[in-house]
Amino acid sequence: MRTSLFKSWFLLGAAAVLAIPTVSLAQNTAYQENQWMEMQSHIGKFSGHAAAAKSDYRRYCVGCHGELGDGNGENFPWLDPKPRDFTLGVFKCRSTPTGTLPTDEDLFNTIARGLVTSNMPQWNTFTNQQRADLVAYVKHFSARFQNEKPGEPIQIPPEPEITADRVKAGQEVFNRVQCWKCHGVEGRGNGPSASTLTDDQSRPILAYNFHDETRFKCGTSDQDLYKIFMTGLDGTPMPSWSDNIKPDEAWDLVFYLRSLQPMKSKEKEIARQLGLKPVNPNAPAAQPPATQPPATQPPATPPPAAQPPGSQP
Amino acid sequence: MNAQSRYKFLSVLSAVVLLSVGILAWGPKVNAAGEGKITGSVKLSGTAPHMRGIDMSKDPYCSKAHESNPAKMENVVVGSGGGLANVVLYISEGLSGNELNAVPSEEPTFNQKGCMYTPHVLAVDVNQKFKVATEDQTTHNIHPLPAPGGGNIGWNKSQPLGAPPIETSWKNQEVAITVKCNIHPWMHGWHVVVKGPYAVTDESGNYTIKNVPPGSYTVTAWQEEYGTQTQKVTVAAGKPGAADFTFKAK
Repeated sequence: MRTSLFKSWFLLGAAAVLAIPTVSLAQNTAYQENQWMEMQSHIGKFSGHAAAAKSDYRRYCVGCHGELGDGNGENFPWLDPKPRDFTLGVFKCRSTPTGTLPTDEDLFNTIARGLVTSNMPQWNTFTNQQRADLVAYVKHFSARFQNEKPGEPIQIPPEPEITADRVKAGQEVFNRVQCWKCHGVEGRGNGPSASTLTDDQSRPILAYNFHDETRFKCGTSDQDLYKIFMTGLDGTPMPSWSDNIKPDEAWDLVFYLRSLQPMKSKEKEIARQLGLKPVNPNAPAAQPPATQPPATQPPATPPPAAQPPGSQP
Repeated sequence: MNAQSRYKFLSVLSAVVLLSVGILAWGPKVNAAGEGKITGSVKLSGTAPHMRGIDMSKDPYCSKAHESNPAKMENVVVGSGGGLANVVLYISEGLSGNELNAVPSEEPTFNQKGCMYTPHVLAVDVNQKFKVATEDQTTHNIHPLPAPGGGNIGWNKSQPLGAPPIETSWKNQEVAITVKCNIHPWMHGWHVVVKGPYAVTDESGNYTIKNVPPGSYTVTAWQEEYGTQTQKVTVAAGKPGAADFTFKAK
């Protein structure tokens, strides 16, 4: 009788001791979850709250990005490129240097704009407030946003006037820093290294084809294009070029890349008048192709209709 | 500031204060004990795996650089007498205070030469500055990929021909960080970030870890294909510690 009483007390005590870590663990997770749910975003006059985006995320985002934000939603197997894994806190479209977190505005713009050549649509249907809330929700998935501040946005000098010299100089930059290694001599995304490119998860990834799209991965403006190559697209093979392309040269490159796009533009017209031919990697280093003997075929860039195999879908 | 971050701040503050007091108290002693060392060699037993040749024909500059001396993979580099090169040795247990936290002032270089990384394995201390340089007349991108959540953050920078070196460092211990060049997919190297004194084996598999004060330690040897091994080592005043390792070929 007496021993069994001791025994039951002992068992109760043991159970309590065993239960303590379990309870505290559960509390900790719940606490953390609640705290992370306090994540906010600030874009202009809009302040977003993660908690407010819960239902929107579950309705519109969860199918691809998954409940845990790890990009492993039910559509994952069918998508290419794969949905972003928010838990990593690594984002392509940033105004901030490589290796740093994007600003709230960067994420806000990505949601609004969508990502060309991927399955991420433009979320025009959301109000600005909904987008701001979703930015906070996207941030709440990654510990990086708990521990780090966004990077300092890069300085973009005012856009200079488009001139023939600048378009030509831009092509020289394209040749000198060897953008063509991946993007190809004509910017069709078919350079010698294009076929072996992989993202940070070792999944095959395509180099951007400038002839295919009117939009860039991270926007449509000249400033957006400037930002893409000066900050790099983190998580992809595209590095940051800010150490090796000066701001003034960067504008030249922007104008040259514009001339490759399918739509009419001042840059395209200039390139046509200049008779710009694709860069020639076999020419002596730093020799602009314009100084080569004139070609028999005058068109600067082949018409966009003629797409070689290996161009983007 | 909420309660948690306040505590975090306070704990960091107190850690900093303790550390600075510690450095003041311990500093002179460490200099006196900085002559001790651990030496030894690392060998591979069994048949060394075949290192396949690298086809660099996609970049004529790279293939030309290896015309007379064809490039091959460097996952397992075995020298004379079975010595294993590129093995990192570091003290994983037994260090304390200043010896653990001292950052070497040498600034090693992780070089790109002939579209290969030299050294193939770069060991650095936490917060030790190092350079990433290029001698190649072709464009590279340097893309270190630390494990997510480990405290080190990856980045991706270009280095075209003639680019100046990148000076950088790693904030956290990590064995090991993969470094790759997306433009040249065969380019694959390692940054091994440790705390305290370390060494990397030479072509014959020999190493010397310098600046180890007398004491008992656990030395860890890391090789990219074969993982890690550990050994207990004692360093006495005027008597270096010794530890030889043997990895078995798979």
